[in-house]
Amino acid sequence: MTKLETRSLTLAYGDQRIIDNLDFTVPEGRITVLIGANGSGKSTLLRSMARLLKPLSGSVLLDGKDIFRSPTKETARKLAILPQGPAAPEGITVLQLVKQGRYPYQSWMQQWSAEDERYVREALEATRMTPFAERAVDALSGGQRQRAWIAMTLAQGTKTVLLDEPTTYLDLTHQIEILDLLFELNEREGRTIVMVLHDINLACRYAHHLVAVKDRGIYAQGEPERIVTAEMIRNVFQLEAHIMNDPIYGTPFCLPSGKGRRLNSKKGMEIAHV
Amino acid sequence: MPDRNQKFGARGARSNYVAVRSSNLPFSFMAEKRTAAVVLILLAVTAVAFIVSAGIGTMRISPVDVLKVLFGSGQELHATVITQFRLPRMVVGLLVGASLAVAGAILQSMIRNPLASPDIIGITNGASLAAVTFIAMTAGKYGIRWLPLWAIVGGALAAFLIYGLAWKRGVTPLRLVLVGIGLSSALSALTSVMLIASPLVIANQALTWLTGSVYGASWSSVRILLPWTIAGLAAAFILARQVNVQELGDEVAAGLGTRIQHNRFLLLALCVALAGSAVAMAGGIAFIGLMAPHLARKLVGPAFGGVLPASALIGGVLVLLADLAGRTVFAPNEVPAGVFTAAIGAPFFLYLLHKRRTAS
Repeated sequence: MTKLETRSLTLAYGDQRIIDNLDFTVPEGRITVLIGANGSGKSTLLRSMARLLKPLSGSVLLDGKDIFRSPTKETARKLAILPQGPAAPEGITVLQLVKQGRYPYQSWMQQWSAEDERYVREALEATRMTPFAERAVDALSGGQRQRAWIAMTLAQGTKTVLLDEPTTYLDLTHQIEILDLLFELNEREGRTIVMVLHDINLACRYAHHLVAVKDRGIYAQGEPERIVTAEMIRNVFQLEAHIMNDPIYGTPFCLPSGKGRRLNSKKGMEIAHV
Repeated sequence: MPDRNQKFGARGARSNYVAVRSSNLPFSFMAEKRTAAVVLILLAVTAVAFIVSAGIGTMRISPVDVLKVLFGSGQELHATVITQFRLPRMVVGLLVGASLAVAGAILQSMIRNPLASPDIIGITNGASLAAVTFIAMTAGKYGIRWLPLWAIVGGALAAFLIYGLAWKRGVTPLRLVLVGIGLSSALSALTSVMLIASPLVIANQALTWLTGSVYGASWSSVRILLPWTIAGLAAAFILARQVNVQELGDEVAAGLGTRIQHNRFLLLALCVALAGSAVAMAGGIAFIGLMAPHLARKLVGPAFGGVLPASALIGGVLVLLADLAGRTVFAPNEVPAGVFTAAIGAPFFLYLLHKRRTAS
């Protein structure tokens, strides 16, 4: 198991502080989802936890070691990150892409060991991309393309996987497909997953641990059913909303207030709210 | 030792991949059948072009006689013409073409833009300015012996100036290209100033060199260039993995555990050595660094392990054929090889621009 945590972490772009003095520990073996308004710093926090952004001060510890001081290849064997909207080189096949996930284990003499091959096969299998292995990534649908990238991340064989908005730009069908896949990976292999999501309802359904980022820090964190309230949504997103239980899954369901057509009487709404 | 066929694709489909590994080998890699076939075909094409080219000229020599000379049993007259005049020129052409092509292939992958080439990033222009300055300053007195060194230094200075100006907590590909284009223009303007300010004879000599030509290459040119090309191609082979991973973008590459800035610096230095030494020997033979890697990718796909040999061979053949055209089409007048590469390269560049515009 690997333990990922931040200690008095302060992140900034130039003079502007994005995250201030944050202590945060990622729960092991669970799915953690970061939510927050645009510009709240949730992606910045995720990128820094993957050593893609150096902190102004403080540190990110992986198994107690500062990831900005450890050899980066060593870190890559424990922690994988899929950045937002990655772009594949023109004409690259799924197999060639997924193979790159083995980079931290290879040297220029050993570029395709039996172990590399096994991990790549398993990653393709887990993402159901085996039938597309020799197809060009740019010829695939958006969902398949994202699955190919996730397969690359899985081939890295890390206990912890970070994903920055893995469902952005995907239609609803593919969003569910990706989230189901990540959920399965967590269930089956116990991988620790940390991701940024925009859809709060999907976040509530898939996350064991929800983290609301606001004002350069964490506003609230915990099981979605314990922390998601109308007040929390108001404070984190500046949005009035009703919080109900999802009638099918039982997880918190956020119903934003606003304009739009209304077919029910106000009374009906109140009943639903109770 | 080829292990066995590897199946990844759909059931029943023939796979393109062969794993090369064994417990008693210290290395392992994945070979693509298609790439291997393409490289073999390109080798054959190069060999044929080489033999045919060696036979064509003021004195025609049949391919059979050329082969006899190459294996040391030809007529003495044929041997003199081929080994003294044609061979060194052709070998320099191949080396120059391969170097420019590989430099272009690295830059295109690293910058993630198929329009990148040593011409655009300023290496060629830096080398040219240094060379023209040298020709003008010494009034052509010292001959070509010191020209290569100047050109390499000029190319290196330009590249590191660009690198330094583009630096802002690391170098991003986009800034590298923008600064490169700006500095290239400034350098070529300075080169023009040098040409205008020089006496006509000197300007003429400089201009021929600038257009790019392997005219007058001798065995000593081969001796100067060969170590650079061999070392450069070997380094490119060793760094192939880094090229592949850089092509995935900075964030993905960093996530996979690469030292991006460190490797980017090494790769850029490698491009300077390859392109600089080529420019030094043959001047600015245009568009090879753009065209060859492009054609190579079309044939073998984007993996650098295949792009490297394919673009080196294509680049070599292109320069070889351009020089063949240069010395035969308007015979007895010689036309610099660079004229022909530009004649096909410029439309090719426009085609690429057009394709990208319609694609996006």
